[in-house]
Amino acid sequence: MDFELTKQQKLSRHIAREFAQKELEPYAQDWDEKMEFPAEAIRKLAGLGFMGISIPKEYGGAGLDSISYTLIIEELAKACASSAIIVAVHNSVCAYPIHLLGTEEQKQKYLIPLAQGRKLGAFALTEPNAGSDPASLETTAEQRGKHYLLNGTKIFITSGSTSDIVIVMASTDRSKRGRGITSFIVEKGFKGFSVGKKEEKLGIRASDTCELIFENCAVPEENVLGNPGEGLTSALTTLDTGRIGVAAQALGVAQGAMEESIKYCNERKQFGKPLADFQAIQWMIADMATEIAAARMLVHRAAWLKDQGKPFSIESSMAKLYASEVALRTATKAVQIHGGYGCMKDYKVERYFRDAKVIEIYEGTSEIQRLIIARNTLRKGSS
Amino acid sequence: MAKKKELHIIVTVKQVPDTHEVRIDPKTNSLIREGVPSIVNPEDRNAVEEALSLREKHGGTVTVITMGPPQAEEALTEVLAMGVDRAVLLTDRAFAGADTLVTAFTLSQAIRKLEPCQLILCGRQAIDGDTAQVGPQLAGFLNLPQVTYAAGLTLKDNALTVERSLEDCIEKVRVNLPALVTVTAEINQPRYPSLFNVQDACGGKQLTIWRAKDLPVPHEMLGLSASPTWVKKIFAPEQGKKGTVIPGSEKEMVKILLEKLKELNFIQ
Repeated sequence: MDFELTKQQKLSRHIAREFAQKELEPYAQDWDEKMEFPAEAIRKLAGLGFMGISIPKEYGGAGLDSISYTLIIEELAKACASSAIIVAVHNSVCAYPIHLLGTEEQKQKYLIPLAQGRKLGAFALTEPNAGSDPASLETTAEQRGKHYLLNGTKIFITSGSTSDIVIVMASTDRSKRGRGITSFIVEKGFKGFSVGKKEEKLGIRASDTCELIFENCAVPEENVLGNPGEGLTSALTTLDTGRIGVAAQALGVAQGAMEESIKYCNERKQFGKPLADFQAIQWMIADMATEIAAARMLVHRAAWLKDQGKPFSIESSMAKLYASEVALRTATKAVQIHGGYGCMKDYKVERYFRDAKVIEIYEGTSEIQRLIIARNTLRKGSS
Repeated sequence: MAKKKELHIIVTVKQVPDTHEVRIDPKTNSLIREGVPSIVNPEDRNAVEEALSLREKHGGTVTVITMGPPQAEEALTEVLAMGVDRAVLLTDRAFAGADTLVTAFTLSQAIRKLEPCQLILCGRQAIDGDTAQVGPQLAGFLNLPQVTYAAGLTLKDNALTVERSLEDCIEKVRVNLPALVTVTAEINQPRYPSLFNVQDACGGKQLTIWRAKDLPVPHEMLGLSASPTWVKKIFAPEQGKKGTVIPGSEKEMVKILLEKLKELNFIQ
């Protein structure tokens, strides 16, 4: 067993850290406040390979491994969790499934511009009546000659209004429920596809979260991703990868909240000594450091399994569950350590706190992760 | 007609501790290096950027060279990720403790082993030693004309026009290639290293490691023992005098400030 990062992983982290510190961190508070999509930063990230992190070079990506991917997302999230999720969603639940399941034509047409960052990607599964239970989705896709006509509404779609290409799950046979779902690659310009309400959120505010509306939206049959009827299986596989990214994002938020707390408790004096000298504060820092280290191990293990071509579904659920809950626990302690200042928008921990709550919910709530882990563990009889 | 020679630019870089983070142990007077991140010396990144933009305009190749401990390889992979073509690391216990003169001498010997170059670019100075000596000394060893403090340069017809950033003026000079130029931070905004280049930068093909035995120089001419200068003591500078806060309204503050400045003969 080797816990040392490779040269490639260290360099990837270094590149992400430098960019994030200079190009994201100084603006993150403002983007959050104004709910402003960080378009210029995303354009710069695209030029540096961040939009095709694990996509092979022949398809325009950087060709890096999944551990590098988690290190990069963590660094971005430490500076700006919204930017991190825009990058993570694009990479892991839009570009990655096209890489995994797409035909050569689909890869040439969609994967290359996505990996090069010329197009932004999104993933649309959730509906008003299908959240944690995606098999009950109601968007339909009816075949008409060489096209499918999509009808229905998706909600809470990350990068919904800013993306160019969306992977959309729709039912081609509602009687088969989960086995009647098909994935489609849908372009923003397709007739009958429009963006509805943009949500105003608690956290992750610089990333747009939107409703997508399909009204007789004609999608060419060559845009079916994978086999018809296997859309839910591919969506769930995609989400396994997506969870690794979100878990890495949670790590970044937790790490950021801890670092801000360390800085603050060394500077702030009460009763004639720094807060860091009080045992009550020391214990909070100790818990933060320990939980973050444990979460990081889970995240890296899930990424490592993926790179080895081994099953990682349960491990990615464990990583997402634990890292997101650690993020919220750490951010809560960070606000507590900052006292009144922690409730003020001038301090980063206020944003970390709001962002962490959102991370516990999207990409599968904590409850859904526990359900997945419990089912699997009970079936196997051991962990 | 002879084929035009391809432009080859060599850039010297140094891995330095991030001095924003450096502290000095008051008991031992030595630098506390533990936990201090190492970075590519900032003005060396400006030199790399200048070399890369010259390559973009005029074609050619860029080689980066550094001398340092094995971990200086990190600095090289970082500049490889910025897009340079090749990197050379000089690392050997025999090189350790070299002062600026012996460092420049060692670099000159390695540069002579590389393909001939038309231009050597160096950062003006490193943030750890602040000597600004290695560039000029290197030009001396290689018998090259040198231009220091470059804040802008253009290449045309095998000659460089360089704007030198001096204390009270900008001096414009022209120099024929080959030459050595040291650059300041004003010359450009270095690009970020790119994830697109990470695989190749870490792949090992672009990196050459040379030991002392790879240079045609006896060991006595290398490292600390060959160096005419050495560090006797490192200490933290004494804290300067504390500033004075002038109280009062804006008008009163300006009045008091003017009186003070006159008193100190800064103004008449």
